[in-house]
Amino acid sequence: MDVALFISILTITIRAGTSLLYATVGEILTERSGILNLGVEGMMIMGAVSAFAAAFHTGSVWMGVVTAIVVGGMLALIHAFLTITLRADQVVSGLALTIFGSGLASFLGQRLGPEGQPLVGQVGPRFEKIALPVLSDIPLFGDAVFRQDVLVYGMYLLVPLAWFILYKTRPGLHLRAVGESPHTADAMGVNVPGLRYFYTILGGMLVGLGGAHLSLAYTPGWTENLTSGRGWIAIALVIFATWDPARAVIGALLFGGVNAIQFRLQAAGTTIPAAFLNMLPYAFTIIVLVLITWWEAFRKRIGAPAALGIPYMREEVT
Amino acid sequence: MSFSLKLEKRLEESRLIAFLVPVGSLLLALVFGAVLLQAVGANPWRTYSAMVEGAFGTPAQWAQGDFYALTETLVKATPLMICGLAVSIAFRMLFWNIGAEGQLVMGGFAAGAVALWLPDMAPWLPRWVFLPLMALAGILAGAAWGIIPGLLKAYVRVNEIITTLMLNYIAILWLQHLYYGPWKDPKGFGFPGTAQFEPFTWLPRLFGRVHLGLVFAILAAIFIWLVLSRTRWGYEIRLIGENPVAARYAGINIARNIVLVMFLSGGLAGLSGMAEVAGISHRLQHGLAVGYGFTAIIVAWLARLNPWGVVLVAFLLAALLVGGDQIQITMGLPAAMASVLQGAILFCMLGGNILTRYRLRVVRGMPAKAAQAAQEG
Repeated sequence: MDVALFISILTITIRAGTSLLYATVGEILTERSGILNLGVEGMMIMGAVSAFAAAFHTGSVWMGVVTAIVVGGMLALIHAFLTITLRADQVVSGLALTIFGSGLASFLGQRLGPEGQPLVGQVGPRFEKIALPVLSDIPLFGDAVFRQDVLVYGMYLLVPLAWFILYKTRPGLHLRAVGESPHTADAMGVNVPGLRYFYTILGGMLVGLGGAHLSLAYTPGWTENLTSGRGWIAIALVIFATWDPARAVIGALLFGGVNAIQFRLQAAGTTIPAAFLNMLPYAFTIIVLVLITWWEAFRKRIGAPAALGIPYMREEVT
Repeated sequence: MSFSLKLEKRLEESRLIAFLVPVGSLLLALVFGAVLLQAVGANPWRTYSAMVEGAFGTPAQWAQGDFYALTETLVKATPLMICGLAVSIAFRMLFWNIGAEGQLVMGGFAAGAVALWLPDMAPWLPRWVFLPLMALAGILAGAAWGIIPGLLKAYVRVNEIITTLMLNYIAILWLQHLYYGPWKDPKGFGFPGTAQFEPFTWLPRLFGRVHLGLVFAILAAIFIWLVLSRTRWGYEIRLIGENPVAARYAGINIARNIVLVMFLSGGLAGLSGMAEVAGISHRLQHGLAVGYGFTAIIVAWLARLNPWGVVLVAFLLAALLVGGDQIQITMGLPAAMASVLQGAILFCMLGGNILTRYRLRVVRGMPAKAAQAAQEG
């Protein structure tokens, strides 16, 4: 394989993997607290449309990013209120969030353009690539890894930070305790509902940020179904990563790589019909999920937080 | 003043609340929708009345014998009923089949394949066998698409939410590939779609565009109701859903039940796909996958997984969809308003459901003290 092709594939891999990784890390934090939020797709697409709309009208990509984070957090707050305070079924609430978010994003996308016109086809500000001095001159991968947009660099910082907090700090210990054994955590004096609210909202913010990366950097602009199932792939990646932010990197690179290969083959004018190339990420998700589930069962490991999906009630000790 | 919300368990479920929650949810969702409409500069009252008229028609139209709006609502209610039943039977045993959309598409694909190719391949076949064959093909294809995640869940414990969902995308892309590519009508002026089926493969129409699929839906509801309430299999399904541990101790084979239920669930969704292509479009084209399989999830949940509830709720949500299309045509408002309202109704129902089992108390003062007082009292 020649160097130019390698660099181009690696560049697209990282760019495609970034939005997935934001969403995956966000969902990992949420699920670690014991809350299953299947609304990732809905929050992500709302993040994407609101980020683009805000950036388009203010002319500032950063306003877009902030809007997406706020919107993601607010949608996650609905889920948190329903599942933590009102103890609604987490699966159904998450599905409702996805249906609601997808509908609302489509609605807003048709109204938030200039003078109430659709946003589709509008050109707005976008994140430009910035080459980091020295680092981007590293042979082979320097150009692909260190000539990216700011949100990619943000992701480089976020993953180690999330890993460090989760495994090496006291707040991380509390987070894991709340997800594994809320009654014990409660007895230790940890505010179980409070932490669950916090991490559900934080997770939603990161998912929204992932959406912003899609509409402001990866494929700048807004089209219907922009996320096209990336939120669901992120949920599959959480399982693949066995709820570990570091392992999520491998998953995101794998899926980004599938995207990149799809891109390259299409650009090279392959005879494989486009539909089959577009199926790749979805088929790949199923295959990867089957393999990882089988492998984890083989090793007799249970990766999921023990209290995932179970509402916490102090009065009812299970 | 600080206060906190506290939930107290009711001794028995409140029937009054069980009735008030759906009504209140609908009203609350409409209020939310009104705020949204106002925010984008539309008149909520006029929008809602346009939706109602679009979905049910006006008395003036009825007087003239024009029931177009109402029949269109029934047309959309048909796949929602069948798919709603399909997902509700899976949800009963807590198998989250989010893949009705893909199962519907595969059913439509298989029925379409029979209608497009079999008349030429087997011209000696009597014409009346084609519709039953198409229905059978639709059911089997949908069931096959449903059994894949069923088997993976039953024997490898793979998360079915993800697999059923991913299979949706694959099915939709597969169908698109066919009608944009190899199966495209050469005489279609570049229009993406297959050639029209022969008229003897069309489902008979009852009135307006309402076709025999509506009868399938009612029969399916009777069937599901009978299975759930009158058979041993139905009992096993309900027991697995309510208490999987007890079901296992009772000697119920959960893996086998998952596969069987997904055969039924996918088969029903596949049948609705067959009814759509044979009853409405008469060809494979864009517009088969318009989200019935997803709306069906809301239908099933709002109906509390009750088969007759599914029939009723499917009709109401179909009215919402037709009303949504109507405001897009007449007022230029996005039809997505319908799915926004659906999501909002579901949120309110979810939040409200807790009130049937718990009493919501506002506790004033310090939560800790209140908890202490409750313990002492």
